[in-house]
Amino acid sequence: MGEGTTSISPRVTALHDGRRRVVAGTDPAAAALGLRAGMALAHAMALAPGLDVAEAEPHAEQAALSRLALWCHHTTPLAAADGADGLWLDVTGCAHLWGGEAPMLADLAQRLAAEGLHARLALADTPGAAHALARYGAEACIAVPPGEQRAALAPLPVRALRIPADTAATLRRLGFDHIGDLLHAPRAGLSRRLGPHVCRRLDQAMGAAPEPIVPIVPPETLQHRLCFIEPLLTAEALETAIAAGLAPLCARMEQSGQGARRIDVLFERVDGTIQAIRIGTARPSRDAAHLLRMLTERLDTIDPGLGIEAMRIVAPLAEPLRWTQQGADAAPDVSVLVDRLCNRLGSERVYRVAPVESDVPERSVRRVPALAEPGGVTWPDSPRPTRLLHPPRPVEALALLPDQPPVAFTWRRRRHRIRRADGPERIYGEWWRRDAETHAVRDYFQVEDEDGQRFWLFRQGDGVDPATGGLSWYLHGLF
Amino acid sequence: MANRTDPVVLQQLRTAIARLERPETAPHVLPFGLPALDSVLPQGGLVAGFHEVTGAGADVAQGAAAGLFAAGILARLPGPVLWVLEQDDVFAPGLAGAGLHPDRVIYAHVGKEGAGKAGLLVMEEGLRHGRHALAGVVAEVSGRLSLTASRRLQLAAESTGTMALVLRRQHTLPEMGQETETTAALTRWRVTALPSGPAVPDVPDIPGVGRGAWQIELLRNRGGQTGTWIVGACDAAGRLDMVSPLAHRPAAAIGRRAA
Repeated sequence: MGEGTTSISPRVTALHDGRRRVVAGTDPAAAALGLRAGMALAHAMALAPGLDVAEAEPHAEQAALSRLALWCHHTTPLAAADGADGLWLDVTGCAHLWGGEAPMLADLAQRLAAEGLHARLALADTPGAAHALARYGAEACIAVPPGEQRAALAPLPVRALRIPADTAATLRRLGFDHIGDLLHAPRAGLSRRLGPHVCRRLDQAMGAAPEPIVPIVPPETLQHRLCFIEPLLTAEALETAIAAGLAPLCARMEQSGQGARRIDVLFERVDGTIQAIRIGTARPSRDAAHLLRMLTERLDTIDPGLGIEAMRIVAPLAEPLRWTQQGADAAPDVSVLVDRLCNRLGSERVYRVAPVESDVPERSVRRVPALAEPGGVTWPDSPRPTRLLHPPRPVEALALLPDQPPVAFTWRRRRHRIRRADGPERIYGEWWRRDAETHAVRDYFQVEDEDGQRFWLFRQGDGVDPATGGLSWYLHGLF
Repeated sequence: MANRTDPVVLQQLRTAIARLERPETAPHVLPFGLPALDSVLPQGGLVAGFHEVTGAGADVAQGAAAGLFAAGILARLPGPVLWVLEQDDVFAPGLAGAGLHPDRVIYAHVGKEGAGKAGLLVMEEGLRHGRHALAGVVAEVSGRLSLTASRRLQLAAESTGTMALVLRRQHTLPEMGQETETTAALTRWRVTALPSGPAVPDVPDIPGVGRGAWQIELLRNRGGQTGTWIVGACDAAGRLDMVSPLAHRPAAAIGRRAA
């Protein structure tokens, strides 16, 4: 990864290695001339007359790389700097926001290019494979499908495995030029000859050995950690602990004028595993009582095992929260209620309904989030039932064609004789949605039976053209 | 010594007693706008509290007319409405037809697990949310409603001045016929659809469907009398209407008995 340059003259950075001056980094033009990091500066200047040399600043470069890792948080919250020239991004569960891994990589490459950086991106199941492909792969931007890192890595040189240069040289001397050669070699011999390093790196690249990424946490992330003298076991104790941790977190949010949109509580168990609960809020909140109540409702998903010895409360997503005037008789915010219901029932089960411009009844409504902006619109003023049956229930009906309401119909083995009826209200299929609806017609009737119960019936087809429907009757709603 | 029957003193005493009996602020009362109904209700209308609504006949399971009755009550109150569902068959355009604008209604779909308990739990959550935060909460529940549960809901509704309507939707035979069940509800209503009059009252020969007719039965009324009325179904603003004497049945109360 390097700074894009507009000048044609090659440029390198140099630093002192003992008493020598060596090349620390090269730009693409210098790399094209065969200059490599680690070669003597005098050698480099001999190879490239007119070489532009700048002093390397390792600390500043490392800090810049960390800033870049934080900048990558728009893609994933799990980002970390890798060595002097790389970034790890754990994008598990993030790709759906871009509609797939390839669009996400393209977006990231474009953003990096817009910042004046040119980067090589590789996405694979394991950090080792991604590391190798980003540095030694043929393509500048590649996403390896799940489980295919073996094939992708096989043609790469052995030094792509993050092994010391002398080990790589030994391997080459032994005839192992590519990673693919190593895959079939007997492991016992390799380990005996070269130490466990080669096999471990190989396993890490193939996914047989774990390799956690320690993510960099933005320094401004609001979090609070509590350690307990005795491991906690009961829900009541954990509730008290959460309350104790929330108070300073909310105080800090108040100072910075923020409210949490998401709160994570990470419980560190005695056995070293971490269990987490997460809540979301529809609007930023720093109301400790409200957040505590939502978090405690989630506590039953936590298995304390032998005890919980530490807890961390993080607000990974915080947004500015303005102060609002709270009069004595101001109505409480509905968003607090919506949060509670969403956390109890799931956010897809708490909703409002908004009109859709469609004549087909079951399509005329759509669900919107409970706190979406009010649309202010309602449906056209035609009679609609209180209950809609989906799917419409087939009924047996007697009616004169083409546009008379039925005389009677039978639903659930009960015969309803019709006294009054309104209709037909003709609703055409929406040909732009489904081919089957190209000619479809429904004739709707509002009918009242002899007991006064009102029904919404429809007949498929207009009664003249067989292409419009098979003339069967359905009950679609009740008034 | 003042006159023992001084109406002013009597009125003062009545007010003082009423203040002791009820929460510190006057409860929100929603009149139906029909003198016959409002005169029976102790406060002259529906008090913001816990009320039961049920359908009749086949509509006990569907709750179509009863749902519209509940929507009409809430349409006449300002503020957001929480509608708790066990099964997702409410058709919002139908409720909008009774004046309940879709922007006002938040649906909470609790599903059928928990045999009605989940719906009541969410209802209580809504009722306890805050003073006048919601216009009302409707919970469509199947299954039994215990005295304890209904008392909790009544206290919650009373404490925040929120209208709480439980729409009883029975699905199985053992659940039917529970209108004699004892609950802490202030009122219990049964809504039955009746054959309606002609679409155009003056010209009975014109076919069509006019305003629906309902028989509204007040089966329970705490502190007041029960009664039965025949009314015109909710109009576009959620109002009921006394059916004119032209309809097939008498407009006056069919029968009354003491609560």
